[in-house]
Amino acid sequence: CFLSFSGNAQDHYSAKVAMATTAKASGQSVSSKSLNDVLVSLRNKYGIQFSYKAQMAKNLQLQVPENLETDTNVDALLSKILQPNGLSYKKVNDVYIIQKNAAPVATPVQAAPAKAVNAVQEQTVRGTVTDGAGTPLPGVAVVVKGTTRGTSTDLNGTFTIAVPANATLVFNYLGFTTQEVPVGNQANLNITMQTDTKALQEVVVIGYGTQKKSDVTGAVTAVTSEEFQKGQVTTAEQLITGKVAGVQITSNSGAPGSGSRIRIRGGASLNASNDPLIVIDGVPVDNDQIAGSANPLNFINPNDIASMNILKDASATAIYGSRASNGVIIITTKSGTTGDRMRLNFSTQHSLSTVNKEIDVLGADDFRKVVMEQGTPEQQALLGDANTNWQDLIYRQAYTTDNNLSLSGSVKNLPYRVSVGYLNQEGVLKTSEFERVTGAIKLTPTFLDDHLKVDVNVKGAKTKSRFADTGAIGAAVAFDPTQPVYQDTEFGGYFEWTDVSGNPITIATRNPLSMLEQKRDKGEVFRSIGNVQLDYKFHFLPELRANLNLGYDVSESEGITRSPGTLAAEYYERGSVKEYEEDRTNKLLDFYLNYNKELPGISSRIDATAGYSYQDFLVKKPAFATFRDNGDVRKEADPFPFETQNTLVSFFGRVNYAFKDRYLLTATVRRDGSSRFSEDNRWGTFPSMALAWRIVEESFLKNSAVVSDLKLRVGYGITGQQDISDNDYPFLARYTNSDNASMYRLGDMYYLLLRPEGYDANLKWEETQTYNAGIDFGFLNNRLYGSLDYYNRKTDDLLSVIAVPAGTNLTNLLLTNVGSIDSEGLEAVVNFVAVDKEDLEWTVGVNGSWNRNEITKLNTVKDENSVGVLVGGISGATGRNIQIHSVGYAPYSYYVYKQVYDESGRPIEGLYADLNNDGIVNDADRYRYKNPEPRFYLGFNSQLNYKNWSLGMLMRASLNNYVYNNVYSNNAAYDVFKAGEYLGNLVDNVYETQFNMRQYESDYYIENASFLRMENINLGYNFGKVLNDKANLRLSASVQNVFTVSKYKGLDPEIAGGIDNNFYPRPTVYTIGLNLEL
Amino acid sequence: ATVYKDFANYKSILAKLYAGFAVTGQQGPAGKPDVGGIDEGASNYVRTYWTLQEIPTDEAVVAWNDPGLPVINTMLWAANNDMTKAMYYRIFYQVTAANEFIRETTDAKLEERGITGANLEAAKKYRAEARFLRALSYWHALDLFGSVPFVTEEDPIGAFFPEQISKENLFAYIESELKAIESELVDARQNEYARADKAAAWTLLTKLYLNAPVYIGQNMYTESITYAKKVIDAGYQLENDYDELFMTSNDKSNEIIFPIAFDGMRTQSYGGTTFLTHGAVGGDMVASDFGIDSGWGGIRTTPAVYGLFSGAALENDDRANFFTKGQTLEIEEIKTFKNGYPITKWKNVNPAGEAGSNPTFVDTDFPMFRLADVYLMYAEAVVRGGSGGSIAQALDYVNALRDRAYTDGAGRINNSQLNLGFLLDERARELNWEGHRRTDLIRYKLFTGGEYLWAWKGGLKEGTSVPDFRALYPIPSDDLVANPNLKQNNGY
Repeated sequence: CFLSFSGNAQDHYSAKVAMATTAKASGQSVSSKSLNDVLVSLRNKYGIQFSYKAQMAKNLQLQVPENLETDTNVDALLSKILQPNGLSYKKVNDVYIIQKNAAPVATPVQAAPAKAVNAVQEQTVRGTVTDGAGTPLPGVAVVVKGTTRGTSTDLNGTFTIAVPANATLVFNYLGFTTQEVPVGNQANLNITMQTDTKALQEVVVIGYGTQKKSDVTGAVTAVTSEEFQKGQVTTAEQLITGKVAGVQITSNSGAPGSGSRIRIRGGASLNASNDPLIVIDGVPVDNDQIAGSANPLNFINPNDIASMNILKDASATAIYGSRASNGVIIITTKSGTTGDRMRLNFSTQHSLSTVNKEIDVLGADDFRKVVMEQGTPEQQALLGDANTNWQDLIYRQAYTTDNNLSLSGSVKNLPYRVSVGYLNQEGVLKTSEFERVTGAIKLTPTFLDDHLKVDVNVKGAKTKSRFADTGAIGAAVAFDPTQPVYQDTEFGGYFEWTDVSGNPITIATRNPLSMLEQKRDKGEVFRSIGNVQLDYKFHFLPELRANLNLGYDVSESEGITRSPGTLAAEYYERGSVKEYEEDRTNKLLDFYLNYNKELPGISSRIDATAGYSYQDFLVKKPAFATFRDNGDVRKEADPFPFETQNTLVSFFGRVNYAFKDRYLLTATVRRDGSSRFSEDNRWGTFPSMALAWRIVEESFLKNSAVVSDLKLRVGYGITGQQDISDNDYPFLARYTNSDNASMYRLGDMYYLLLRPEGYDANLKWEETQTYNAGIDFGFLNNRLYGSLDYYNRKTDDLLSVIAVPAGTNLTNLLLTNVGSIDSEGLEAVVNFVAVDKEDLEWTVGVNGSWNRNEITKLNTVKDENSVGVLVGGISGATGRNIQIHSVGYAPYSYYVYKQVYDESGRPIEGLYADLNNDGIVNDADRYRYKNPEPRFYLGFNSQLNYKNWSLGMLMRASLNNYVYNNVYSNNAAYDVFKAGEYLGNLVDNVYETQFNMRQYESDYYIENASFLRMENINLGYNFGKVLNDKANLRLSASVQNVFTVSKYKGLDPEIAGGIDNNFYPRPTVYTIGLNLEL
Repeated sequence: ATVYKDFANYKSILAKLYAGFAVTGQQGPAGKPDVGGIDEGASNYVRTYWTLQEIPTDEAVVAWNDPGLPVINTMLWAANNDMTKAMYYRIFYQVTAANEFIRETTDAKLEERGITGANLEAAKKYRAEARFLRALSYWHALDLFGSVPFVTEEDPIGAFFPEQISKENLFAYIESELKAIESELVDARQNEYARADKAAAWTLLTKLYLNAPVYIGQNMYTESITYAKKVIDAGYQLENDYDELFMTSNDKSNEIIFPIAFDGMRTQSYGGTTFLTHGAVGGDMVASDFGIDSGWGGIRTTPAVYGLFSGAALENDDRANFFTKGQTLEIEEIKTFKNGYPITKWKNVNPAGEAGSNPTFVDTDFPMFRLADVYLMYAEAVVRGGSGGSIAQALDYVNALRDRAYTDGAGRINNSQLNLGFLLDERARELNWEGHRRTDLIRYKLFTGGEYLWAWKGGLKEGTSVPDFRALYPIPSDDLVANPNLKQNNGY
């Protein structure tokens, strides 16, 4: 929201007096601050913006209670600040107008400026200020330029002011463009203020521009910094976990710096990426996995982020055309403010992470018992004397420190913000580490009388990761608990399974601790993203702006993986030392023209944008040889280093039209050309249209005491998808080279192989059509507010990998456009200010979404016998899949046998229902049972503020998501310990099933993994002013991943993709933090 | 494609066609696979061919639980079996890749690209070899699947539905192709190592004709003899020591007519001889004796094959390569490696016992065709009544193999012993675990039905009758869905 300061600045003397008395009467601890300081701190805290005359606000001193920082509601806070100071605010069109209570209307003050009279000739100017429609505007600030002298208009929009000769009057009113008018010798001035549409209200960043929230016609959610997740947040997406309806963020694992799977409305694609497009300060970033980094988003410091805007439906995303099918997340970083003094913010956080659950495996004694009862004498002879808990050994308590320092303010007309951050995070799995140094500079100067706005961003991060061998997690479950950790061996002093010759058994489970401690897998990534954005408002036609945005996103990674020959797995090859490098260079050029005009004659406002965009992505990976410990070459470097490039060229346009401020229309179109498709299919057009009706502005509701906001939105659009993960040339007939371990001998020479690649010359965009209907509502002065959205989405020409007729292509599985997915969903958000008292405030918010996906077509040929495409490889047997894409079912449905149970409810080993009643149970009896995606997804948050204390929490729930427990299916059978010339441990679940052999495809292992997770509890205390009133100090404590309620038997019910195996546990994180602001 | 402008690329494209039998993709040992949707290593051409030719027969069982694999042991596969699917798509990958090469190397195209002189001559040889490799894969298709979709160089890459060709027409096509390239291929034993020559085409024709009754219901033993003689007359010589045929030095052998070449460093995959060597090592076997890092404990043979070496033969026949220590003869449980005797013939060592270049990936080449097989085919065609050969000659050839296997002629047989039954058994002794058994048993009408039972045939330990339709593998359901022109083999 925007705050406007308008008021009679000439009253500031009396205001001071008034404050002093009020403050004393209240008996509270108070301090004196200028209105300017108050507004700036509000801005910093809430990420809001306002326009005001800095000089006026600086001179107005307010007495401010100390405990205000804990408030989160702007309205309440303003009341608290303003009331004791004899000020109040009025909300007009969501604009805060700050006024002096019962102030005499615009009486020119004679006394103070009297001295000036001596020097300069005075004259009195009278006038009326009106808006574009001729309506008088009360409360417009009228100030003599370069002085503190001013007044404001009365209820009739009139003003009277004494001015020196040759004075210029500045008229300032929030929501309107500030005007400067030279007085000359005029005694009467009639001023028409021009609406500044951009500045009128809370704005939402919508891609190539911003929009007033009230004008938004699509499904867009803005999350600003005050709503961000608190506690130890390492990567940007965690800031909004559980906060936005329809957005599911599932961290891939508990590994430090690891990424998350972000799904907006469940994703619209099958084989193409389902990740949303992420745009940071106007630069759409490369969302691919970067070598040496666990997460493409972990290079941006979450502390630098001011807001995240999530564009969900096609009418909102279509401006991004071919990359918009899975939603768009627009990240805006913090910036400095014009006229602000330098502010320093330092925060430090320290966390301890612990593993809160391990898999129940047989202890040494139980395992010995099983082997003695069921094993052969040879197997029994393999038992050891130790009692080792391998899981305890591989995990640790891990420490994290996260420190951030930022400076922001303005040097003359140059607002700046500079920040540095340092994060050092240990993982709970031993040896995993993540270290990050970030820096960001943002400059937002204006030139040419504010006609040219410049926005310069440079962000850089250097990350260093050490990746633990996560195979150790599975090995710790499966390793024989009767064996010791260490032994006098050639394997670095660790116990390993060996054969009769003392050599390690290739297929045996490896010592998990050795896997961690002996392997060094380190990666370093430097990534920088930045842009220069020039926004020029034409002097001769201020309604027209030209915007040029030049951006880049580059990364350089390098890493080295060392597996010494003392690691059992590398014993025969005598070690492996392998380097890698990857350079990514993405360039961006955007240019657009924006025309924004009020047409009062027809009560209309039009905002039109047309632009061009060019983006190029280049990836290079040099080749390296693999060496042995002794420096011998184990594998020569590939003769042909990897390089790939793709380019996207786009034209886009958007028209926002508002009639009477309540009937809103948005139409967009984007035409994209991608180098990933042949010339015939290169171009795609993606249109959208949306309408909104601000019912609350209608006469029958405008004065309602109950309904404070009501808006109806409907939209339709077509978006595309072209993100075909690792192939930039899928339409081209081309030959590729093999590496040098895949050569063939002809005569006495070995030849690299030239392979003709499979291709689909007719490949084109995937297209998603989305219908969206939504209501935004607010009741009781928005004490209760929220929104409800329904969407229906159909993706056609899915970029799918399917079996092509044998003999027709140079591959059996081809990426082609085939198939459709239908999905629909409901999203609801309700926020409620439950208590709104002076010292006590409690707000709660609930968001929920329901989503359903179904594949409606999958093949070029209609065939009822089509089983579908098997996906979802599992651990345990090579090549086995547990999921399937089939027509009529959700993607990634589990494809299993129906387990038969005995009377006591125990699964009968190997007995499955003969579902097709043909007398035999074979592959034809597998059925599709459940899928990994939740049907319902809920978030619940609460914020309680009491005096200097604040208490926040966030809970998430997921319902009807199913997980395949691969840990159980692979480790819960007596057969498991009879692995060969070595033993393997079992999980406790074997007591329940009593299975002898593994039954990978039983639906017994498909478990309901619905859960309720207490994601975060945080407590803060604000000490207020410290260090001789120079600084503000806040302490906080938080716990993340507090507890999880679920019937799921495995480690964690929240498994992206639904196959639980080797899962790096999400730790519980205890954090204390300190924030100091100077 | 522009790669064909530079003649230097031709050999690398040809190498890919050959390598399609040895490696699984563009990255060794796995990665960037040629065939997707199946475990890459398990779907290696030679490995899968071997699996489908050996595992359902009396020669082998496999312990592993890979998808689709256990039912190959018991002959209970269904249309969506992973192993049959792997084979089918490997075959058609080879056919399609060969089609592409043949299409791009027509005389007109070579001329257009300015390929002349020695390069032109070489290119024509390459093209003939591509046609041989395509014929070889189509023969595998005919033998394993019967009637299959049919594409040639006349069918460019694109979206269409190939027609299914009858067995008769496919037989005729393979025959005509092999005869057409006979003059174009390099003379027998004159080509570079591991490249096909005239003798490779003749060997394939010998096989095609010998099995013609199975494929097209006609006896063509005379034709079989004709081509067997051509091979034999080309000057191949039996390797002195049988065991050395399966060692890392076998690229020096004069017996092997057409090998699939492997190399521990440069031609890596989890199939081929790497699979054959590792797969048969487990239990009390010492991996280093086989030149490998460790065994995979998978494949053994059944008591039936052990029984072919009765009495003294176990001691005296060089081909009786059974590992018995710690193993049981009987197979109580297929998945227990110690049930059944592993065959120790595949090794990653040279005759001096030195290990190959890499303990994981084996250097030994896989003899797709070798002289001993041709001797036995000659003998069988003669015994089955083909003309153009003689019993005496047949006996000589068989005894040449027996002499190699035994010392001092102790293994020799006489005229009266040379009958079809003996020849089938002799093939199992000589060619055990080389990928011939299923075809042989089908030719003898013993693969299906109840006349000959072995352990786990049909899913029972003692063996049981299996319906005749299982003499052909099913067309994979994937392709039935993708191509509406296809009709499934009877019974599936």
